[in-house]
Amino acid sequence: MSTTASFIWIIIGCAIVTWIPRVLPFILVKKVILPEVIMRWLSYIPICILTALIVEHVWKVDGAGISAISVDLPFLYALITTVVVAIWSRSLSITVLVGVIAMAIIRYFT
Amino acid sequence: MINETALAPASEKQLFWQGVKDCVPTLLGYIGIGGAFGIVGSASNFSMLEIVLLSVFVYAGSAQFIICALLVAHTPLSVVVFTTFIVNLRHFLMGLTVAPAFRSYSIWRNIGIGTLLTDETFGVASTKLMGQHRLQASWMNGLNITAYLCWIASSIVGACLGQWISNPEMLGLDFALTAMFVALLILQLQQVASAKLKPMLFVVGYTIIFMFVLMLFLPSHLAVIIATILAATIGVLTER
Repeated sequence: MSTTASFIWIIIGCAIVTWIPRVLPFILVKKVILPEVIMRWLSYIPICILTALIVEHVWKVDGAGISAISVDLPFLYALITTVVVAIWSRSLSITVLVGVIAMAIIRYFT
Repeated sequence: MINETALAPASEKQLFWQGVKDCVPTLLGYIGIGGAFGIVGSASNFSMLEIVLLSVFVYAGSAQFIICALLVAHTPLSVVVFTTFIVNLRHFLMGLTVAPAFRSYSIWRNIGIGTLLTDETFGVASTKLMGQHRLQASWMNGLNITAYLCWIASSIVGACLGQWISNPEMLGLDFALTAMFVALLILQLQQVASAKLKPMLFVVGYTIIFMFVLMLFLPSHLAVIIATILAATIGVLTER
């Protein structure tokens, strides 16, 4: 159980830059009423950001340019399985459980 | 027959426990990623104290992995902090989306909710918001605090297991997070009114295309933010 002074500074710095973007919207929204068009724009954010976070790992980038990008096939197979299970089950727990098992099986065979 | 207890508004305590319950399906994601973080951290020679400090004070999955990787590579402090800022900037957009639902609560309760907002609790909250158009602070606290404690506990367990498990990816647990995002996305799409489903699916398509293009020349965490902003803007502009 030990650490160094420089590590403590890293923790403090990283904690502050993570905390500010997290709480700022909650303070902002208390002070100003967002215009209707912004509220409509925000209604698209959950679906866009979830999609982006899902596909973020589909592509493996190694270097620069179009040739450096490749598809992570085991990930893609597990992703397709998960999408089918999610549509069929409509359940968060079943989807996560099947997804993890699918990924483990796919990695075992590839 | 009218059930009186069903008509009475749920108490703060009941709402809190409902939040705890709603967090349970996502816990495998925290256990998987938090455990993997503990394993990776101890494998990279970080002490138990350092692993716990990161989970308690930074509390951000992918950023914690990146901080470890950068520190192993002896990256300067300013670069580590700036990278963490960029990686976690997406929480600003997430907060902006759910914050209006908590306007009637005090500023301190709002700060408390924002402090513990993560990808996962945002996902659960925005899915609930879509169905019922309002959120309660106590419910959100139940959700947030359960997730937070589970994250810290998992990273401690992972750090203890670190010496025995060398390749956490073999167990497929890292995929729990993606699987959860998929489930939340599908649940949200299934709640969209049928007239709006087609435009929403187009917005999903734009996001995928933007991600592919942006990832060619940007770090993926920046690509996530910019692709989201662009696709949501197209969504609003093409509304009728």
